[in-house]
Amino acid sequence: MITAERKPISEIKEMIAPYKKILVVGCGSCVAECASGGEKEVGLLASALRMDSKASGKDVEIKEMTLDRQCVYEFIDQLTDVVDQYDVILSLGCGAGVQAVAEVFPKVHIVPALNTTFIGQTKEAGLWIENCRGCGDCKLGFFAAVCPVTRCAKGLFNGPCGGSKTDRCEVDPDVPCAWQLIVSRLEDMGRLDLLCKVHPPADWSKQQGKGPRKIYREDQRS
Amino acid sequence: MMTESRLKKVLQSGNFAVTAECGPPKGADPEVIKSKGKILKDYVDSVNVTDNQTGVVRLCSLAACALLKAEGLDPVLQMVTRDRNRIALQSDVLGASALGIRNILCLSGDHQSFGNQPQAKGVFDIDSIQFVQTVRTMRDAGEVIGGDKLTEPPHLFIGAAANPFADPFKYRAARLATKVDAGAEFIQTQCIYNLDRFKQWMDLVRDSGLDSKVYILGGITPLKSARMAEYMAKNVAGMDVPEEIINRMKSVPAKEQRQEGVKIAVETVQALQAIKGVHGVHIMAIEWEDVVQQIVQEAKLFPRPQV
Repeated sequence: MITAERKPISEIKEMIAPYKKILVVGCGSCVAECASGGEKEVGLLASALRMDSKASGKDVEIKEMTLDRQCVYEFIDQLTDVVDQYDVILSLGCGAGVQAVAEVFPKVHIVPALNTTFIGQTKEAGLWIENCRGCGDCKLGFFAAVCPVTRCAKGLFNGPCGGSKTDRCEVDPDVPCAWQLIVSRLEDMGRLDLLCKVHPPADWSKQQGKGPRKIYREDQRS
Repeated sequence: MMTESRLKKVLQSGNFAVTAECGPPKGADPEVIKSKGKILKDYVDSVNVTDNQTGVVRLCSLAACALLKAEGLDPVLQMVTRDRNRIALQSDVLGASALGIRNILCLSGDHQSFGNQPQAKGVFDIDSIQFVQTVRTMRDAGEVIGGDKLTEPPHLFIGAAANPFADPFKYRAARLATKVDAGAEFIQTQCIYNLDRFKQWMDLVRDSGLDSKVYILGGITPLKSARMAEYMAKNVAGMDVPEEIINRMKSVPAKEQRQEGVKIAVETVQALQAIKGVHGVHIMAIEWEDVVQQIVQEAKLFPRPQV
């Protein structure tokens, strides 16, 4: 999923300060799963903003709405009939959601309430870890399903750096050394041979070669 | 006439090589480099110039190498993949060769979060092994990545680093083999304090026949104090300083600890000379370059061979 964290309330308040009618819009997909932008979080943020505006004597109207997905037109369309009633949309979608809504309603001011962070997994309750950079050229098959691009701080393709000690990454001792994981998993599988060849330089053009990427599929168009 | 790498000639002639490290200053003064060069000249075969080590901004390695070259030394250009993409790396490799620099040490580099620019974007477009392979292909096939031909290949003796003390231990020799396959011709190791473990690693290296494929230079860093020994043991990633070395440093009064550190360094150099497959030493006396003369003399490695 795409993970995100809510911005500090002070930053959010500053962005919405010029506006009186505010629609807080959540997203029921990834950011709901990581407890940053779902219906529950929309409610919490809207309540906090209402209490704050009351305390400071401001006359502000704050409404809530959560779309199943903020990055797909069919769901964004639910805003069409209501959007004109507001001065600003405060989006709890990821960066893709915020931009998708903005594209559908180019005249509406939309501001983000979240900092979108990474593609990751829910490791345990309240803990999400980054494990994919969306490089567009997945090589997990060579590396015992541990991504060196994402999980090695230096993104090394050919073995550990000189700093790994007692299974920990030298950059952050809270993080396991990805290469220690790769080597021990491949050893368990009897596939250390996968590490004998030199992996050539990666093709980063698949990640950022020509600016933003797109996927175009004729078979999905009709 | 084209000059050759002195380091390569010393190693090829079967001599036990001695290299030292020279850290560039945190400023633009060329005299700092020149005076370090003067101290090291005649006592070592070649001088490594570090590339913004620990991620701290310093005078650039390439410029410092050119300054040392002009003073008659044989510089080893250290280059890290942390700060440059493949375009910049290959370009600097060509520039280094054009300036008469004949040795390169290809590294990934200390992570930027350790230095004075922790908000920098780490490049890591390629890793150290891919970098070794790239320089080797540029030199031997006269091609850059992607196959475009060079009008003139770079003339460089190609090195890489190895850490016999980091984990996973058993895999470390396999990783060295990969570096050699990629094209490394000489290896400089992490500082050696744990001789037993280094010997175990060398056993693995010899078992794989790597000692006849690559020149191995053991890393030496003289300890300045017991505190430094303790600090390195606890805080420096990939460093193995055994308790007995720390205790030995502690066993002498503070003002004699530097000399004890030198004694340990000399003993280690001599122990390394006796290990089959070790072809030299690389002395990293950080901001203590003048001690190199003493270590080289006391280890009876002075004068250096004329090659």
